[in-house]
Amino acid sequence: MGNLFNNYEEACAIILFGIGFTTLLLHRNMIKKVIGFSMMDSAIYLFLAAKGYIAGRKAPIIENGVQAVEAYINPVPAGLVLTGIVVSVSSTALMLALTVRLYRRYHTLNIDEITEMARKEEV
Amino acid sequence: MAKQRNDYENSWFPRLKRWIAGGAAVLDDRVADQLGRPAPEEDASAENYAFYEAERAAQRLEDEEREAEMIARARAWREGRGKKLTRALYGVIAVALCVSVILLLLITVSNLPSFGGKDNPTNNEVPRRYIESGLQETGAVNVVAGMILDYRAFDTLGESHVLFIAACAVLLLLRVSDSGDPRERLEAEGNDQVYEPKDDIILQRVTGFLAPVILLFGVYVLFNGHLGPGGGFSGGAVMGAGLILYVNAYGFEAVSRFFTMRTYKALTASALGFYALAKAYSFFCGANHLDSGIGLGTPGAIFSSGLILYLNIAVGLVVACTMYGFYALFRKGDL
Amino acid sequence: MALWQNLPFAMILLPLASAGVTSVLRGRAARWTAICVIALVTGMAAALAVFMQGYGQSYPYMMGHFPAPWGNEIRAGILEAVVALCFSAVMLLSVLGGLRNLKRDIRTDRQNLYFVMCELTTSALMAQVFTNDVFTAYVFLEITTIAACVLICANSKGRALTAAARYMVLNLVGSGLFLLSLSLIYDLTGHLLMSNIQEKMAELSAQGKYEQPITMVIALVTIGLGIKSALYPFHTWVPDAYSMSTPTSSAILSSLISEGYLFLLIKFYYRVFGMQVVLETGIANVLFVLGAFGAVMGSLLAVRQTDIRRMVAYSSVAQIGYIYLAMGIGTPEGMTAAAYQIVAHAVCKALLFIAAGGLSDASRERQDLPHLRGAFYRQPVAGAAFTLGALSMIGLPLLSGFIVKVSYAEAAVGIGGKRMAGVLAVLIVSTLLNTLYFGRAMINLYRLEEKKIREQRRFRCGACFAISCALLAAVTVALGVASRPVLEAIRQGFQMFG
Repeated sequence: MGNLFNNYEEACAIILFGIGFTTLLLHRNMIKKVIGFSMMDSAIYLFLAAKGYIAGRKAPIIENGVQAVEAYINPVPAGLVLTGIVVSVSSTALMLALTVRLYRRYHTLNIDEITEMARKEEV
Repeated sequence: MAKQRNDYENSWFPRLKRWIAGGAAVLDDRVADQLGRPAPEEDASAENYAFYEAERAAQRLEDEEREAEMIARARAWREGRGKKLTRALYGVIAVALCVSVILLLLITVSNLPSFGGKDNPTNNEVPRRYIESGLQETGAVNVVAGMILDYRAFDTLGESHVLFIAACAVLLLLRVSDSGDPRERLEAEGNDQVYEPKDDIILQRVTGFLAPVILLFGVYVLFNGHLGPGGGFSGGAVMGAGLILYVNAYGFEAVSRFFTMRTYKALTASALGFYALAKAYSFFCGANHLDSGIGLGTPGAIFSSGLILYLNIAVGLVVACTMYGFYALFRKGDL
Repeated sequence: MALWQNLPFAMILLPLASAGVTSVLRGRAARWTAICVIALVTGMAAALAVFMQGYGQSYPYMMGHFPAPWGNEIRAGILEAVVALCFSAVMLLSVLGGLRNLKRDIRTDRQNLYFVMCELTTSALMAQVFTNDVFTAYVFLEITTIAACVLICANSKGRALTAAARYMVLNLVGSGLFLLSLSLIYDLTGHLLMSNIQEKMAELSAQGKYEQPITMVIALVTIGLGIKSALYPFHTWVPDAYSMSTPTSSAILSSLISEGYLFLLIKFYYRVFGMQVVLETGIANVLFVLGAFGAVMGSLLAVRQTDIRRMVAYSSVAQIGYIYLAMGIGTPEGMTAAAYQIVAHAVCKALLFIAAGGLSDASRERQDLPHLRGAFYRQPVAGAAFTLGALSMIGLPLLSGFIVKVSYAEAAVGIGGKRMAGVLAVLIVSTLLNTLYFGRAMINLYRLEEKKIREQRRFRCGACFAISCALLAAVTVALGVASRPVLEAIRQGFQMFG
């Protein structure tokens, strides 16, 4: 358990992830669900970014021709985060578009009420 | 006799028949209909028949009433206490689930390699090569840019298409066109007129000064992607933000002078097409060990590092268009 | 490197590149571009399968100028080729079969975007099948997720939209868990390439290091992909999504997108963690129980439906449960059965959904059984196709469903003990339930009084619909009659995986 405080950054990321996860599951409001999802994804990027860090090293942009591994942090997680961010932007946009569409039709953001109304409408 | 028929209708065989026919109500009516038709040769017993008929009708009415009452009660329960109960149950289960997930993950974290350590498994031969020979192999000073646009370009190609597919999805979901529901269109335009600022002189003056600076900065970030922090996505996002600011100050009409649905589609499709084709060519050459004939140039110069600069520009255009497209589609359902 | 070895690369890149072009085309041009591209991919997949048969081993393909742990890599083997062929062919036939409904259900100015989604789904499925890199898998997984959401709600029906929203919420949870597990994998092994991770995993497990995190990672991958592929308790969006969307969408969703996730999960078990490590964690047992539960519950729920497409949707839930059950067996025979079931189910479900679409077209666009009464006489092609698909689901000999059940039984006998009894019990119960609800649907299709049969107006089915139904039915029969080469190819494929 002692390592938990050593890995404080990852632990924070996980707690943030949990908050996002809970928000996503617990709230009935679509916008709040989107917020939860965004938090969840950001937490994972925080986690990944923490994975790239090496104490006392710099960002991997080559300076003054120094190309020693000892000078820079690990560039791989940075690339993954970059890719991941775009993916989560896309999912968020889609989710929000769906929400707008549903709101225009049913004038509510509560997913349960929307489902109920859609069911009645169809019958 | 009515009672007997009732018993019969509740026994297993008719119930099976009802189920096969797809629901009780439909078949019941049909059976009743057929049964209810007086047979021609039964004239003599017509009186008798009418009696049964009346009795059965009364019975049916009673049944229906009872059924309706039960349905109403069930519905009331479902909408009242039942709903509260299920919601509370769902809440408890969800919270329990989330807490246990967090706890399990925290235990996992406590067992992971320590934060910032030099000898973690992640610091192996992969980042070593990226850092030590990335400059020579990709020509990019920014190791991350070299990595995502050359070493691991396939992922990045997929990622641009994720953005593209999301743009298509938003277009499909939110575009309010003439052929659609006129009510939706009116509503979208009405919202736009009520909630968005119009002809705000302060905003316009500030934007007149800021928008070009923002756009220029976006271009700088875009062209600098292989030399320093920046690249297609960040540059494109900055440019998109500039466009959004502009549209807020001057309205859609001003933007539509140079940016319409046609420009949007043409720009996105050609930039993505260039990206996919360029990368396809480079993948093909790489896999078949052919020389692609693309020079890397002098590291550090603007025109260097092979395709990376051009890919950054293509990605930047796609991202800028998509960001602005998202905004316009969300706000008024059209570009 | 021989020229044919470029085929997997072309199968991924061609639809990807043509998606951009399709987005600016209109109506007919967009439609036929997409169909031609998907047909080309199918042709390439067939060619690849033939070449792989002769080649006899799997090979990596560099995506770029740099070899594997540094660059991206895809990998092709016989199993991948077979699954890719199945997926692309089903994609093509689903689009063709539902073309008429598509034109009617989706607004004209949006149809080209629908075909963009189809092309990107094809590309992403191919990438998922061939990838040898876990992060590439994640990126393309997201493409299928977004595309699937659009496919569900493309016809703008209220219930389809709500189903899409529910689908998105569950899938975002699934993606989040999956991405988290990838970060953990990267942290533990320092690699993203499947082969290297597997090596490292075996090493770690031999040293007994990081035992708890590894279990957690495997659990997260399984739950994430389980949620995304609509495993039983996470199936809530399935009935609405499959019954309210246009038939092509339901066919693509049920037979390609879920199966794509399942194939990826199998790939993760074999190529990322190594089957040995997975079995040590005991997660296979959980899968076994969940799968068995899902198979029975899906069938039970299907019995209660009166809407024909909802019924088929619940039957999909049951079949997904089946696949998890086979994966839970954990032996090579079980995995072979699971892979065969993926192929067989993909073809069969597409056939059922397309045929159900045709039947409801002939019945005033109603989908409930009372309205479908006598639909066979109005639309014989669709009726016959539905019958064949239903018989295959029940497990009649000479059809693919029968071979599925036989291979399940074989795998079950191979393990013996309690789990054998479990598999056999699930097989028997679900076969009975299948007979019950599919039998009922068929009775309704054929039931009509003699004199009314002549009165029924024949509905003309389009040529595309007839071709699609005929080909899907032919493949279902072919998989049942000549199952040996397919099973043999799958077995070989798993050996190449190792």
